Amino acid sequence: MIRLEGVRFRYPRGPEAVRGVTLSIEDGEFVGVVGHSGAGKTTLAKLIAGLLKPSEGRVLVDGMDTRFVPASALARKVGYVFQNPEAMLFSATILDEVAFALRNFGFPPSEVEGRVRAALEKVDLRKPLSASPHALSFGEKRRLAIACILAMDPSVVVLDEPTTGLDYARCLSLFETLRKLNEEGRTVIVITHDTDLLARFAERVVVLEAGAVVRDGPSREVLSDVEFLRGHGFTPTQLQVLASRLGAPAPTPSAVAETLARAWARRAR
Amino acid sequence: MGPSSVVVKDLYARYAVSESWVLKGVNLAVGRGSMLVLMGPSGCGKSTLLYAIAGLLPWVVPGEVKGEIVVEGVDVARSGYRGLAGVVGIVYQNPEMQVVTRSVYEELAMAPENLGLPKEEVMRRVEWVVEALDLERYLNRDPQSLSGGEKQLIAIASVLTMRPRVLLLDEPTSMLDHKGARLVLETVEQLKREHGLTIIAAEHRVEWAVEVADRVAVMSDGAIVMEGSPEEVFSRVEDVERYGVRPPGAAEVAYELRRRGFEVCVPVRLREAFEVFGL
Repeated sequence: MIRLEGVRFRYPRGPEAVRGVTLSIEDGEFVGVVGHSGAGKTTLAKLIAGLLKPSEGRVLVDGMDTRFVPASALARKVGYVFQNPEAMLFSATILDEVAFALRNFGFPPSEVEGRVRAALEKVDLRKPLSASPHALSFGEKRRLAIACILAMDPSVVVLDEPTTGLDYARCLSLFETLRKLNEEGRTVIVITHDTDLLARFAERVVVLEAGAVVRDGPSREVLSDVEFLRGHGFTPTQLQVLASRLGAPAPTPSAVAETLARAWARRAR
Repeated sequence: MGPSSVVVKDLYARYAVSESWVLKGVNLAVGRGSMLVLMGPSGCGKSTLLYAIAGLLPWVVPGEVKGEIVVEGVDVARSGYRGLAGVVGIVYQNPEMQVVTRSVYEELAMAPENLGLPKEEVMRRVEWVVEALDLERYLNRDPQSLSGGEKQLIAIASVLTMRPRVLLLDEPTSMLDHKGARLVLETVEQLKREHGLTIIAAEHRVEWAVEVADRVAVMSDGAIVMEGSPEEVFSRVEDVERYGVRPPGAAEVAYELRRRGFEVCVPVRLREAFEVFGL
C-alpha cells in the first residue's frame, strides 16, 4: 500500500510542484493520474517511486518512509518507467539492458536470463537478446523500458505518459499489457492524457491541478462528469459527452451502447 | 472540389538510409482552401509524404523521390523547396526544435527576413500575424519561457509570416497537453476559415479531425488505403481500426449497437450522434 501524507515538494530554486497531497493507493489498484502540463504529475510519480523525497509530509510504501529507505530498496517494490524510454536505455544489447538491474542486485547468473526472457514475454517484445536497444522503434523501446522494470518483479509499476508518441494500436496493446500486470496483482499507476483509455482500463482516476488533487474517484464517474472536465480545462471526448447525456455507467463504447439498447427496448415495450 | 492546390501522382519516396521505399505509389489531390487530415500508425509514411510535398525530401533530407508533385502550379520534383518559398509552410511535431530565438518578435521576423524582404514588409507581416492570431500578449516574452502549446503557436505564426498558400502540419499537437493542443487546433481552424489556406495535417486527434477536415486519408505501409469525407472514412469502424486508427467515440458506440443487432447508421460527430441515437 502507498500512502502520501500532506506531501509537498519544491524543486531547488524552482516552484512548489506538489502542494499538500494526501492520498492512499491500495495493493492491486489500477489508477490513472491526469492533469495539464505543470500540474505536478511527474513530480508526484517520482515521489511515489522514491526518486524524489518530499520537502514536507511523507510517502509510505508498504509502511517504509521513502525519506529513510535507500532508492535501491524501493526499486524492488516500485518500478518507475520514465516518459522518454530513451532516457533509460544505454546498454549494447537487449539482454544487458534488462539484466542490468538484476546483476546490480546480485541475482545469480543462472536466474538472470530466465527473468529477462519472462519480462520480455510480458511486454510481447520478440527480438533477439543480442539486438541493440537503439535499433528498436520508439514503441519497442517503450516496451523494453517496461521490461527492464518488470524483471525486478515490482509490486507497483508507475508509468509516466507511456502513450506519448505511440499510435492508437500500440496504445491499446500497451494498456492491455498493463491490464495483464494488474490482473497478476500488481498496482498500476499511469499518468496519461488519454482519458478514453483510462475509462476502459483504470478503476480510479486522480486529477491534479497546480500540485493539488482536485478530484479522486472511480474513473467511470469522474470521466463522465463533463461539467467538471470542462471546468478544469479538459475537452470532453464524444464518449464522455454521450455517457453523461445518457447517464451511462461509464464513458466506454460498450457501456454507452448498452444504456442506449436498454432505453430503446423500454421505449419499444 | 474546386481547383487543386496540391496534386501528387504515383509518388515513391525513400530516405538515403532506408532499405526500401517508404512511400509506395501515393496519389492525392487537395482542393484549394480545403483541409486534408492524414491518419495512420507510426511509420506509415505520413511525415515522409509531407516532407516530399514540401520539397525537403530529397532536397534537404537526402533520399530519392519518384513521381509527380505539383503545389500551386510549382513542379516540386524539379524545383525543390526553393521554388516553394512563400508557397508552402511546414510545422513540425516538436515545438522545442522550431523556436530558436530569444524574443517572440525576432522569431516572427526571422523567416521574412530570410526571404530577403525589405524591413517595412517584414514589420508589416509580423504585425499582420500578431493581429491575426492575437499574439500581442506574447511579444515581450522570451520564447523559451512559453508552454509547449504557446511555442507551437509561435512556430505556426512564424511560418505564416511567409504568407504560404499551403500549410503542412506534421503532428503539431502530439507533444502537447489538452490546453496546448486546443490552442493550436483552434488556430488551425481559424486559418482555414478566415484565411483560406490549403492545409494538409498529419494529426491523430480523430474527434477534432472529423469536425474540421474536408477529406481524410488513412495511410498504411506507404500507401493511402482509405480516402474520403470524414463520414465516408470513419463510418467503416472495423477498417479504420484494422489500420491502427482510432475511430471517433460515437462511431464506436454505433458499431457496438450493430453488434447487438441494432440497425443504426454510424455517426462520426456528436451532433449526428444525438440525432441517430435519439438524444
